[in-house]
Amino acid sequence: MEIYAKGMGYLQLNEAVRACTDNRISIRGCNGQRFIACASSGRQIDVHGVAGNGAGAYMESGVLNVYGNAQDALADTMNGGEVYVFGSCGDAAAYAMRGGEVFVRGDAGYRAGVHMKEYGEHVPALVIGGRAGCFLGEYLAGGIIAVLNLQNSAQALGEEAARGMHGGRIYVRGGINVPLPDCVTARTADKEDMCVLAGYLKKFCAAFGGDAKKLAAEEFTLITPANKASKRLYAGN
Amino acid sequence: MEERFFEGNVRIPSGCAISGFIHRDGRVSDGGAIITSIAAMHERSNGLGGGFAGYGIYPEYKDYYALHLFYSDKVVKRECESFLEERFDIINLSKIPVRKTPKIVDEPLIWRYFVKPLPTRLAESQLDEDEFVSRCAFRINTYMKGAYVFSCGKNMGAFKAVGYPEDVGEFYRLDEYKAYSWMAHGRYPTNTPGWWGGAHPFCLLDMAVVHNGEISSYDANRRNMEMYGYKCNLQTDTEVITYIFDYLVRKQGLTLKEACAVIAAPFWHKIERMPQQERERAEYLRRNFSGLLVTGPFSVILGYKGGLLAINDRLKLRSMVVGEYKNTTYIASEECAIRAIAPVLDRLYAPEGGEAVIAEVMR
Repeated sequence: MEIYAKGMGYLQLNEAVRACTDNRISIRGCNGQRFIACASSGRQIDVHGVAGNGAGAYMESGVLNVYGNAQDALADTMNGGEVYVFGSCGDAAAYAMRGGEVFVRGDAGYRAGVHMKEYGEHVPALVIGGRAGCFLGEYLAGGIIAVLNLQNSAQALGEEAARGMHGGRIYVRGGINVPLPDCVTARTADKEDMCVLAGYLKKFCAAFGGDAKKLAAEEFTLITPANKASKRLYAGN
Repeated sequence: MEERFFEGNVRIPSGCAISGFIHRDGRVSDGGAIITSIAAMHERSNGLGGGFAGYGIYPEYKDYYALHLFYSDKVVKRECESFLEERFDIINLSKIPVRKTPKIVDEPLIWRYFVKPLPTRLAESQLDEDEFVSRCAFRINTYMKGAYVFSCGKNMGAFKAVGYPEDVGEFYRLDEYKAYSWMAHGRYPTNTPGWWGGAHPFCLLDMAVVHNGEISSYDANRRNMEMYGYKCNLQTDTEVITYIFDYLVRKQGLTLKEACAVIAAPFWHKIERMPQQERERAEYLRRNFSGLLVTGPFSVILGYKGGLLAINDRLKLRSMVVGEYKNTTYIASEECAIRAIAPVLDRLYAPEGGEAVIAEVMR
């Protein structure tokens, strides 16, 4: 089903989406309506235009494609499924994400991947094609963040990356030239590390184009928590 | 009060909305677009305040200060008018034209005066024109109960009310004004009452400020500004930002960028890493004006003669994006507010926290 969203408020639009029984819904003319695909499960939602704040929040399963930019709080506390943003996303993407995968072709704003966490097989992943703003992965407790910096920006990360990180992994293509906090260590990703990332790169390239194998052969820096005590306190129990 | 309005029974999804644009080629456009833009972020407001400012709207009176006033009743209006007559040459006065709508109610008396300080009074005061006008505005706002000067610049004006911003724009008939830059605010007051004088923008002379956020340092900033004669009496934190800009730029002679380096001063650990000359400058501004550091989350648009400035707090705790299309620069809390009036853009970006974005009319 297709919904033409121009002039619709977010309540009305989300009501229409929920009321629809189709498994595939296309929203056209979207401009800032909030909470699209919120808690959605088992369906594919395609958004043409600008997805408003909180797109894919609490998403359970299925696919959300945003053919445009996403505003703030993309995939907030997402549980599962896949989100593809063909443009860039605003601040606080993937906040407290607990499962599923988010792929952003362009840049991410401030505070992407703050306090993502994992448990058992639920390992959330956030892949950013461009660069990430400040406070990337703040208080990261689990899951995987990858910053590909495909535009080769001078700084792949903003300041204050990985502040308070005590779990999970952050991959950054190339080197890192912003100071990192004491609670983490950074090293060149080895073969084993890259095996973990390969599947996500493949999905990223399948969606947005590019050569995943070539990308995986490039040098990546891996940031992981350094302090065993805080790892144990916050993430290991 | 109905129970559903009690604190805790209302979900507050986010704060205020701001939007603004400037035609850098000096071309003017009516107030329709700015209403469309701010309306796209309807849910960022709760109907307790909306307002606009336009620059270049009074070309026929461009050399006169345009005073916009709220009066609670005719008695204070008479009192205020005699105060003005004693000090100013009033070349035109009228009610500000409004379009009645059921969505805007309980309006005060809303009047506009185009004035010039009387030469004798000005000479006697030993002040320049701007300072003379600003002191008169503070005197009215502080001592004349029920009278508020909410705009007092030249060739610009603010229009504000209690209501949703799109309704406020209709109410003030903004489609009948033409400006080279417009700015707007949708209010979602969280700490202070929603009243007509408390709606944004907050103006002094030709500066106007719209703000999304809350100032943690408000009281420190307010006390600091009171030492220099600025009285904060509008029951909300934003007005102090206007006064800080006025003080730093008009009185201290700082550039706008320098003023931003005071308000959203870089962190010490960032200053340490700067090259020497830049570091010394940053240290000087931080140390010398430490009481004017504004902390807490904010995104602000400052309007002034010939320009718009946008700035976030240094941690960027509020959203703000900037768009450019040909000779127009757009600034808004959300991208949708820009796309609503400029679907195609040459460039869209989110400035860093503490990074001042300045767009000015080309000379």
